Amino acid sequence: MSTTTEQAAPPARGGGKEPVLELRGISVSYGSITAVRDLSLEVYPGEIVTLIGSNGAGKSTTLRTISGLLRPRTGDVVFEGNSITGVPGHEVVKRGICHSPEGRKIFQRMTVSENLDLGAFTRKDKEKIAEDRENVLELFPRLRERIDQKAGTMSGGEQQMLAVARALLGNPRVLLLDEPSMGLAPVLVDVIFETIERIRQQGVTVLLVEQNALAALEIADYAYVLESGTLSLQGPAAQLLDDPSVTAAYLGGH
Amino acid sequence: MATTTVNSKRPGSSGGLQVRGFTDKYAWPLGYVAVILFLFLLYQAILPSLITDVSGPVLAWLPVATVNECLMWAIMALGLNVVVGYAGLLDLGYVAFWALGGYTAGWLMAYPFNWEWDFHLFSPVPADAPGTHINFWLVCLVAGVLCALLGILIGAPTLRLRGDYLALVTLGFGEVITQFFRNSNEIAGFNVANGDSGISSIDSIGTGVLGATGIAPPLLTNSSAGNVWKILVLGLIVGGCIFVSLRIREGRLGRAWLAIREDELAASMMGVPLVRTKLLAYAVGAFFGGVGGVANASGITTAVSPSGFDFGKSVLVLLMVVLGGMGNVWGVTVGAFLLSWLNSNGLKQIGVQSDALFGTDLAATLPRYNYIILGILLVLMMLFRREGLIPEGRTRALLKTPSRTEAESLGADSLEAAAETEAVERADPAADAKIAASAAAMAGPAGDATSSGDSTTSPGSGTQRKNSDD
Repeated sequence: MSTTTEQAAPPARGGGKEPVLELRGISVSYGSITAVRDLSLEVYPGEIVTLIGSNGAGKSTTLRTISGLLRPRTGDVVFEGNSITGVPGHEVVKRGICHSPEGRKIFQRMTVSENLDLGAFTRKDKEKIAEDRENVLELFPRLRERIDQKAGTMSGGEQQMLAVARALLGNPRVLLLDEPSMGLAPVLVDVIFETIERIRQQGVTVLLVEQNALAALEIADYAYVLESGTLSLQGPAAQLLDDPSVTAAYLGGH
Repeated sequence: MATTTVNSKRPGSSGGLQVRGFTDKYAWPLGYVAVILFLFLLYQAILPSLITDVSGPVLAWLPVATVNECLMWAIMALGLNVVVGYAGLLDLGYVAFWALGGYTAGWLMAYPFNWEWDFHLFSPVPADAPGTHINFWLVCLVAGVLCALLGILIGAPTLRLRGDYLALVTLGFGEVITQFFRNSNEIAGFNVANGDSGISSIDSIGTGVLGATGIAPPLLTNSSAGNVWKILVLGLIVGGCIFVSLRIREGRLGRAWLAIREDELAASMMGVPLVRTKLLAYAVGAFFGGVGGVANASGITTAVSPSGFDFGKSVLVLLMVVLGGMGNVWGVTVGAFLLSWLNSNGLKQIGVQSDALFGTDLAATLPRYNYIILGILLVLMMLFRREGLIPEGRTRALLKTPSRTEAESLGADSLEAAAETEAVERADPAADAKIAASAAAMAGPAGDATSSGDSTTSPGSGTQRKNSDD
């Protein structure tokens, strides 16, 4: 909480614009277990916002709630001013929120090309799709090399690239990334995070869930810290990087 | 260089799932028509003109009635393939649609048991014949639509279930339909479908102009002439089913089905509406099943009764799909031909031959053990060729291609080669360490084709990190 109070009024976060995505006091339960409790957060256009926290803190649950795979028990998910609470997952994609899920969930037995086609499943604008496809292949040149290879035969890093590329082909305004660095070699983690920066430069707002808090805070503008389902801390990412309590808890600092 | 060539290839294929050349595109319709025409000519012209020493064995091993039965089962297998092979939904009650299709033929193409009115519509039977007589093709359409609706009705509440639960519900549904027809002579005081005795004397397929001009028999009864012409009619339906199966698969809907089969959650994240897409798979499969039911009732048995629609039939169709190669239209068709041949004539003929050659007594018993034999066949297939006789391309590729390792993806393969030459040239201990590290990084995950990326990458990255610490 300390950071929030010190930072009484975060100076013009989002440059006076309305948040593109907003969670208003959502609580999510699996049966009788509450995974996320009264969580509120805002994501402003053009930002990289990261949601960090330890295992089981409710980060993935939050993303799944935003993308319509889970329904919050209470609270509201607001996207571009409209509530999307209870809107089914496939509709949320159409509205402009794409989700690159935890564990990648790529279609293993399909080729890279087919996976990308499915990323654009909801879209009809063929020319723009071809353009976007070209764009993501620029972002991930390695995918172009493997375009006709079965996705399941690629390495973990390539599969992760595919998962992000596939989500981008949905032409999202907000991209939800769940643990893009999980299980990757350090070199590849760097590649992925550089790409996230470039994705933001192309005008896509990113909500990034990470266990690798250090890497996430380094590229993010703003950060929220979840602790067993509740928000324990928030603030500009740079500030959290300097916060001794964050360093101690999540960055393995001294 | 490589990038530009790949790039120039892309635009053409980005729309569809597969790039298919001109010859590929027209190869199958031509080949298929050739096969069906050959079968027709074989029984129509070639065999009758041969001496019985030659034609006898052919007719014994593959009588024309069996060919028709095979074609009819191919319709069923292709239908179930849409549900099981494409969308990955296990349906153990597929016989229900076959039954409903058959009974639709019974209702619309026979002199019913208790209905008073007469109604004729483009039917080849004499105009003064009592009862309802509607054209075969129209009945196919009606039965297909009826079954599709029933499929949606049943699917809507059950398709939200996953895997085993869905299988159990469909199994129950198959039984319910049979029981419904079994008790159909007394439903709310009405005789709906004549109960246990079923409906008999269902109209045969008419031949329209061909029949009127005397080229073909006007009614394709179970006479030998009728049976030969039925090859063309059933062949046409099977061809239609194959065409629809292939086209749907290349399109948006087919892509959505494959996505659901691969990973439901991921499919929904791509914007695939799960329930609607699954319902469509069910509806299309049910449509084929209904048409198969009409083809069977009108073309093969000319009668329907509840005892013909047992659980075993559902299993038989499923076996055709699994043995043939789930998801592969040609595999499924071959599976249908093989199993229905074994089931209707093959086993008997093997028994007869064995009796003649070895003095055994199998001609009568072998066909009765059909399910045991088919079961053994299934077990053997699962042991030695899990993907089916003609597997779907994507299954085959993943079973055969080894997984790329993290080290390879980093370009470590070239690093390793460079390090190796360096080591040989200079006998440098540092290069040795490099090779050892990259070899270790690759040894762990290599060859583990099916496991997820997570498990393959972690050992690799661990080793590398250790190396850099050193």
